[in-house]
Amino acid sequence: MTDQMDAGIVAQQIAEHPDALSKPYAGGELGRGRRRKEDAKLVTGQTNWTDNISLPGLLHMTVLRSPMAHAKIVSVDVSAALELPGVIAAYSGADLADVMGASMPCAWPVTPDMVSPVHTPLATDEVRYVGDGVAVVVARDRYAAADALEAIAVEYEQLPAVVDMEEALKPGAPLVHSDKGTNQCFLFDFPGAGADYAETVRGAGDDAVVVRRRFRQQRLLPTPMEPRGVVVAPIAAADEFTMWSTTQIPHVLRVMLALTTGIPEHKLRVVAPDVGGGFGAKLNVYAEEILALVVARKLGRPVKWTESRSENYQATTHGRDQIQDIEIAATKDGTLLGLKVELLADMGAYLQLITPGVPVLGAFMFPAIYKMPSYHFTCTGVFTTKTPTDAYRGAGRPEATYAIERIMDELAAELGRDPMELRRQNWITHEEFPYEMVAGLTYDSGNYEAATDKAEQMFDMAGLRREQAERRERKDPVQLGIGISTFTEMCGLAPSRVLGSLSYGAGGWESASVRMLPTGKVEVVSGATPHGQGHHTAWSQIVADSLGVPFEDVELVAGDTRSSPKGMDTYGSRSLVVGGVAIHKATGKVIEKAKRIAAHLLEASEDDLDFGKGTFSVKGSPEAKLTIQEVALATFAAHNLPDGMEPSLDSDYVYDPENFSYPHGTHLCAVDIDTETGFTKIRRYVCVDDVGKIVNPVIVEGQIHGGLAQGIAQALYEEAVYDAEGNLTTGSLVDYLVPAAPDLPHFDTGRTETPATSNPLGVKGVGEAGTIASTPAVINAVVDALRPYGVDDIDMPATPERVWRALQGSDEERATAGTVSYGGSSTGSTGGSASSDSLENDGSAR
Amino acid sequence: MIPPEFDYVAPTTLAEAVAALGEAGEDAKILAGGQSLIPVLRLRLAFPTTLVDLSRVPELRGVSEDADTLVIGAMTKHSDVVEDPLVQQHAPLLSEATATVADPAVRHRGTFGGALAHADPAGDLAAVALALDAELVAEGPGGRRTIPARDFFLDYLETSLSPDEILAAVRIPKLRGSWGVRYEKFNRVAQAWAIVGVAAAVRTEGGAIAEARIGLTNMGSTPVRPAAVEAALVGASDRAAVVAACAAVAEGLTPPSDLGAQADYRAHLARVLTARAVAHAAGMSS
Ligand SMILES: Cc1cc2nc3c(=O)[nH]c(=O)nc-3n(C[C@H](O)[C@H](O)[C@H](O)COP(=O)(O)OP(=O)(O)OC[C@H]3O[C@@H](n4cnc5c(N)ncnc54)[C@H](O)[C@@H]3O)c2cc1C
Repeated sequence: MTDQMDAGIVAQQIAEHPDALSKPYAGGELGRGRRRKEDAKLVTGQTNWTDNISLPGLLHMTVLRSPMAHAKIVSVDVSAALELPGVIAAYSGADLADVMGASMPCAWPVTPDMVSPVHTPLATDEVRYVGDGVAVVVARDRYAAADALEAIAVEYEQLPAVVDMEEALKPGAPLVHSDKGTNQCFLFDFPGAGADYAETVRGAGDDAVVVRRRFRQQRLLPTPMEPRGVVVAPIAAADEFTMWSTTQIPHVLRVMLALTTGIPEHKLRVVAPDVGGGFGAKLNVYAEEILALVVARKLGRPVKWTESRSENYQATTHGRDQIQDIEIAATKDGTLLGLKVELLADMGAYLQLITPGVPVLGAFMFPAIYKMPSYHFTCTGVFTTKTPTDAYRGAGRPEATYAIERIMDELAAELGRDPMELRRQNWITHEEFPYEMVAGLTYDSGNYEAATDKAEQMFDMAGLRREQAERRERKDPVQLGIGISTFTEMCGLAPSRVLGSLSYGAGGWESASVRMLPTGKVEVVSGATPHGQGHHTAWSQIVADSLGVPFEDVELVAGDTRSSPKGMDTYGSRSLVVGGVAIHKATGKVIEKAKRIAAHLLEASEDDLDFGKGTFSVKGSPEAKLTIQEVALATFAAHNLPDGMEPSLDSDYVYDPENFSYPHGTHLCAVDIDTETGFTKIRRYVCVDDVGKIVNPVIVEGQIHGGLAQGIAQALYEEAVYDAEGNLTTGSLVDYLVPAAPDLPHFDTGRTETPATSNPLGVKGVGEAGTIASTPAVINAVVDALRPYGVDDIDMPATPERVWRALQGSDEERATAGTVSYGGSSTGSTGGSASSDSLENDGSAR
Repeated sequence: MIPPEFDYVAPTTLAEAVAALGEAGEDAKILAGGQSLIPVLRLRLAFPTTLVDLSRVPELRGVSEDADTLVIGAMTKHSDVVEDPLVQQHAPLLSEATATVADPAVRHRGTFGGALAHADPAGDLAAVALALDAELVAEGPGGRRTIPARDFFLDYLETSLSPDEILAAVRIPKLRGSWGVRYEKFNRVAQAWAIVGVAAAVRTEGGAIAEARIGLTNMGSTPVRPAAVEAALVGASDRAAVVAACAAVAEGLTPPSDLGAQADYRAHLARVLTARAVAHAAGMSS
């Protein structure tokens, strides 16, 4: 240290710990397989889940939910509940009408004339899905609050359930929102950026081959490990509130709560403590968050609400649920002419935060990696009396990827072509990037050939095709199927101006602050709020690499609007691509400031300073140097800074991406199908993903594995089933089959690395890739195995029974199997709900 | 998922437990491993006034021998049944089937007696008890009685135990001679209940089936013993004969149609799985 750097007492103490200010940075932090910093805490139970939060005088809230899919509320009588021991308050929707806000927000009006119904946190006049909130109880403990729900008397007048999207659109169909006069929420028409589809196909005349299929994206239940919960602590005298919520989006939530309830934004602090997964289902503004807030405000006491798994399945948003009519056209030699997509998308009963935007986001992904001159997309949003849908891992892209990758296989079958050859013929070659797609996006980079070559090699495609031929030849009861998915997706949501052009209600930037502490440690503040992804680790690696400080010396501050006040949060595989780049840019500003101070202290010109591995050194005299930690200390002391320089290295950066990023890859799946029982076993799964530059390969691997599990789950296992009366019959984990480790194959993962050119880190995002790619790979494999039996499609999930029926040549499908009618009485006290009855009736309450 | 209020007693002897159950009256319930009862309470599908917890009654736990019979305490946990050497030696069908029950966490709490007393036809162990001609020992205020498995399972979740009786033990005759066994469980994910399950114990003599005992899981409102198929299998000496004999296994049965499967598919599965289980047990695989 130089004389000028005497920073008094702090320096003395630091001097007793030599090296503290000059801890060397070894380099190589980017791309290193660091174990996740956050895991020790998670696996030893030292977590701070929302439900762990306890406060003096905490009250417990429970929500009485509608047992009917659709009914008029004649009356709600909470008086008997109020008599029970421990009950502090009970409110109907009408009781809270003046404080709970006019309607919960939908931030994505996808068309100017979209029908946007009023959605109050508690229903006041009508209930519109099983699980719609009708009343709340607040009591001293959870048990009293649960018991009291049974004392609330609700009189309903049953209205017809609206369960089927196509029926819902027919004239004269019963209406979900009678005041709107229609069940159609919107019609989004997007003719693409290329030629007219119909004209293009007509133009090809006899040379055109057209293949049509109808695919169903079944409804899915996101099922994060941690269900939702919320705690609100008021400071009554100041009319100020702190909310802890199991949310992916504390920042967005704060803004929306302020707008909905009228409580000023600066009087609201929202914290996302440790959050146990979300998968998009915690990317929302929920009724219970508003209810806990307004009830805590009314009572002047802290209030907690925690949902059960059954409640989670009814009252937390669902995913997917589309009917996809897909038409693809090619010339006889296999060159694509165009793609026509007609979607019906189930909104459920109301619009949550981005309900209508999810299928519309898919509009840009259907053409995927293929060159084609024409494309036409339409999507009709439909209201039904079911739980609202919203984002679920992939949100729009899995649906699109499934459709295009399935129809490419069908086109190959129609043309008698090898499905991979047909793909190769039509995909964008690596020399053609950047490539302007028919759906309007510009893909910056990619190398589909490299990923595919590598995957095929790992898979032993030739060997498996040989075995398949042999099994077919000898009519083996176990048939082998091979499925392909060559996918791309869009990550890094999103360039704000693009969101603006799509009428989305906010921007897509992300914010970061980097603060160097006097002792040379670093706090990085990020607006991309983690809920299980490993942000602490990855952000530390980015900061360490950029500032040249040890990985261990970096700490993340996030998830609290007081300490990380600005952000757009975590979804859409955006955290690294947008938030990580913001951090990288903020560190650049720190280095710039530090360089000025270092130059001053070293009595050199800035131009003569080199910066590398955390050290400023004077060109030509390498002994004249300062570490960035030493500069931080000198800045803190501020005894000797350049004239007019503020004594701080702290830097903020808000980064708005210029483009999406486009990870891609090739997934190959081999299944064994027991043709006697219909059981499908995944025998080999190979995926080569190109997610650009890798910050941490361990995290990438983890995201891919989890993503694959969820995508395979859609293909083979999971389905939310409603009966004709609108009851969710898969209302618990007994009936909604989430696969576990024994059900999943070994994943053979590989990588190619084509850096993104649209951001300085070259990163592309990996949070959803596995989910997006795997579903069609698995179903293509199942259909491939069954094709010799005359099968050319199968609904998801491809259960053993569905496969067996397909093999019987019977397409008689079990719609809502074995459902017992429990529409029940239209009036009465509603302790148990109709769906618990259904649990009993189908024998699943074991 | 909050259960309604109930009283709780934890006796330490069987006699105390019987007394406690009698005292608590009609709406009392026995709590064994809680793996079926607790979910029912949490879903508020039952409202017992008192739970009599048997987990502190040592005499209800463990496996012993009584001459030609294996005696398994009702409170023996699934995980202990799976690992017990006596069970492995004398009732390997039970070890094999119990290993397929749920997941390790459930197997370390759920009990053999609880599974039988719960009498869920989708449970794996009732079919095994039936196939092995087990006897169930019940203790009540009037003393002890022994109920053959074929008289025990009355209907869906219904047994011949009276509300004041406790299932104390299960007696399983040891298999003697050259028996082979197999439990074929068909489910969609590893930890799920059986869509259909088939328990088979087969004795062969000179390469042909001399005796077959079969129990079917989830093919009706109780576990089922398809006697006609058992008889038809005698003399079968190759896989084709086994398949032919098993073709009638679902005849006369009314398997449920539910979210898990439609009845006709269950009937089909029963035919395929019975043939597989028997052929495997008889060493006639493929
Ligand atoms: C996730 C999950 C998956 C499961 N999967 C399977 C499966 O695949 N196959 C399978 O067979 N089972 C399965 N089970 C059930 C499991 O085997 C249970 O352990 C069993 O059904 C009940 O045993 P228990 O000891 O937990 O009984 P409890 O839940 O304590 O009691 C069940 C019922 O039996 C009564 N009872 C219990 N013991 C006695 C007794 N000694 N005398 C009289 N009455 C008594 C109780 O009063 C109650 O009515 C599963 C359970 C869970 C939670």
